Amino acid sequence: MKEDFEPKIVAFLCNWCAYAGADMAGTSRLKYPANVVPIKVMCSGRVDPEFILNAFEKGADGVFIGGCHPGDCHYVNGNLRTRRRVKMMKKLLEQMGVNPKRLRLEWISATEGAKFARVIKEFVEEIKELGPSPWRERR
Amino acid sequence: MARRIGVFVCHCGVNIAGVVDVERVAEEIKKHPNVVFATTYQYMCSDPGQNLIRQKIEEENLDAVVIAACSPAMHEETFRNVCKDYFNPYRCEMANIREQCSWVHDGKEATEKAIKIVKATVEKLKENEDLLPILVPVEKRCLVIGGGIAGIQAALDIADAGYEVILVEKEPSIGGRMAQLSETFPTLDCSQCILTPKMVALSRHPKVKLYAYSEILDISGYVGNFTVKILKKPRYVDEDKCTVCGDCEKVCPVIVPNEFEMGRKPRKAIYIPFPQAVPSTYTLDREACLGLAPLTCAQCKDACEAGAIDYDMQPKIVEEKVGAIIVATGYNLYDKNKLVEYGYGEDDDIITSLEFERMLSASGPTQGKIIKPSTGEVPKKIVFIQCAGSRDRQHMPYCSSICCMYTAKHALLYKHHVPDGEAYVFYIDIRATGKGYEEFIARVMEEERINYIRGKVAKIYREGNKLIVCGVDTLTGRRIEIKADLVVLAMAIVGKEETKEIAKLLKVAIDEGGFLKESHPKLKPVEALSRGIYFAGCCQSPKDIPSAVAQASAAASKVLALFAKDRLEKDPLVAVIDEEHCSGCGVCISVCPYGAMTWQNGKAKCIEALCEGCGTCAAACPSNNIEMRNFKDEQIEKMVEVVI
Ligand SMILES: Cc1cc2nc3c(=O)[nH]c(=O)nc-3n(C[C@H](O)[C@H](O)[C@H](O)COP(=O)(O)OP(=O)(O)OC[C@H]3O[C@@H](n4cnc5c(N)ncnc54)[C@H](O)[C@@H]3O)c2cc1C
Ligand code: SF4
Ligand code: SF4
Ligand code: FES
Repeated sequence: MKEDFEPKIVAFLCNWCAYAGADMAGTSRLKYPANVVPIKVMCSGRVDPEFILNAFEKGADGVFIGGCHPGDCHYVNGNLRTRRRVKMMKKLLEQMGVNPKRLRLEWISATEGAKFARVIKEFVEEIKELGPSPWRERR
Repeated sequence: MARRIGVFVCHCGVNIAGVVDVERVAEEIKKHPNVVFATTYQYMCSDPGQNLIRQKIEEENLDAVVIAACSPAMHEETFRNVCKDYFNPYRCEMANIREQCSWVHDGKEATEKAIKIVKATVEKLKENEDLLPILVPVEKRCLVIGGGIAGIQAALDIADAGYEVILVEKEPSIGGRMAQLSETFPTLDCSQCILTPKMVALSRHPKVKLYAYSEILDISGYVGNFTVKILKKPRYVDEDKCTVCGDCEKVCPVIVPNEFEMGRKPRKAIYIPFPQAVPSTYTLDREACLGLAPLTCAQCKDACEAGAIDYDMQPKIVEEKVGAIIVATGYNLYDKNKLVEYGYGEDDDIITSLEFERMLSASGPTQGKIIKPSTGEVPKKIVFIQCAGSRDRQHMPYCSSICCMYTAKHALLYKHHVPDGEAYVFYIDIRATGKGYEEFIARVMEEERINYIRGKVAKIYREGNKLIVCGVDTLTGRRIEIKADLVVLAMAIVGKEETKEIAKLLKVAIDEGGFLKESHPKLKPVEALSRGIYFAGCCQSPKDIPSAVAQASAAASKVLALFAKDRLEKDPLVAVIDEEHCSGCGVCISVCPYGAMTWQNGKAKCIEALCEGCGTCAAACPSNNIEMRNFKDEQIEKMVEVVI
């Protein structure tokens, strides 16, 4: 069952680092699984906790957030707020019966195409291990 | 709200269509609500492609378009310009199905993902508002960080065009690495002789404000409106009074290594790094001085007839407003101690290429004589090792680009100094791509009879008075042992630590070599991702002087283009507050990194000229009362819905 399970993952990528890093992975032709669909936001700090809950409610098996490295956020410190928010959201998800591993935050700079491809590969494998989100049935 | 959306799917030759079934993408998206038209085309960005968009907007009466093609970083501007004639540019969005789809996925999955990406873009577009750019004034002054040849050239170009330039150099003098070089390839003109006039021109230019021996403390703001904090370190010598007589230096009892001479020559605690230094003045090195206390020493102060020395000089912090910034912070050589295989640092007779440059310089530690540092004798056998730390996975994987050329120069100059000496060069490949470079290498190889050996050096060890250099000639397979007197390492060129700090302040990315990341590797090589910030010289990648100068002039022309406008257009993607429902909690005011949120009648208000549109406030507002223009919660939620 796990074999043919193809997880659905949403990736919120900040415009300045992670989105550019994902472009870099493309320019360098680095392959990674197609399960992840990117949604660009100006800063990882824009990712409202509600976006995350909403994605799981709609049936996502995983949510990925990509931002700039600490200190490199184009908007000074939006990413540090994201880090705090993600911590809080992980706790909340756990209480709500969703494995917190389904939410992942990574720092990816505009030059780190290889890192983007690698962490997406890892994340997809991890979600495959976990199986479909328990919230899928609620729909 | 857009009701008649057209979708244009680009083949990008085979770049997209070779992987993604573009016809299917078009067919599928036609079924999506509000999409009334969809088609595909070879190259959307070409003239015929752009005309197709125009024609269809008219024929099909479209009120918005999605271009499914490459990254918006490439062509968003192109396509928005096409649409401008018909409707607001925010009625055009790009769906990135190349960089983030066809180039990274295969077959059916790629097509499925492309459809999702296009659907999400349509959903976003539906709710986009028509926006006009916010106009902000431009401060027509430029900051240049770093006074090497690149910084000097950029500053002169801008100043000559009539705009004010603030140049900040952290060392006591401008000049950078070029001031340290002896003669320059391929024409062998004397480096100082071609550099000094430019240094002087800069210091005398009425439009240039030079802060030497200064550091950047902080940079804030955005294109057209940066505020820079500069620390002026105290020299303890008044630049205007110092006559460069050198009397202070004679009496100073402290001796330390001179950095300019790569530590191969001593200097005093009060010193001038090299005779042609600009500004032309002595500097007292606080760390080396016997405590700056008149009671302890004070000999220089007594010796200075001009009364230029002032022990009470204090650091000064100044603030400057500029509209654009050019980073020209240069390069370092790779840390020599990391090349353990060559035993650098342990042996006096293994030196770096820059140390050799100083040795060749008439004003250098040996007055231009080539010697074996351990004994002072003239070396009769010399070995140059190229790619020391470059093109090596254990060190720096990239090519440092200039070492083939300067090693050939070094070998040639060695033969001119020591005609009966033998010179060997170990190389991997010879890369001589500049104008006249191949001819220069050929001349060195043939006329000067330098022994070029293709291969890597495995080990160097000492045997008595000699260094034994062991390697393999990979062309013949022969093992080679050379009993050398002197070994010169053409060290890898790397980015500077200082560049990393500047990059942090400017929020610019840095690659593994420590070089600044340009906005586009081919089409925007001198621009940072953030507007108003440009690069020049070796801080962006290793390069020779002609390329550094060319890049500097390119950066300057970008700045001049910016200054040609009185007002700049700023992205209108700012925060909007629903004042009616604002509870006045002040969370947005506390989280905004730009101070763009303020109080007005007990409620929060966004100052649009300051707002950068990060959206941190929107995510933080507990009453969910802040929306980001064209990145509204509703839009993002819709996008999520269609991709799952
Ligand atoms: C051994 C050797 C031989 C060479 N020979 C030749 C040759 O023959 N011909 C040729 O064309 N090229 C040659 N080159 C290359 C040449 O040195 C470079 O192309 C050139 O110096 C690059 O200039 P730049 O202005 O980019 O950097 P740099 O010369 O490194 O100047 C950078 C300046 O910025 C300053 N700076 C750094 N950080 C800060 C900061 N945070 N704040 C303020 N200021 C800062 C530095 O102090 C320095 O003055 C040689 C290089 C080497 C290593
Ligand atoms: S003695 Fe005074 S004037 Fe002469 S070089 Fe030293 S500081 Fe300058
Ligand atoms: S979006 Fe909000 S937090 Fe960001 S700059 Fe604008 S007002 Fe400040
Ligand atoms: S802009 Fe990338 S995390 Fe803020």
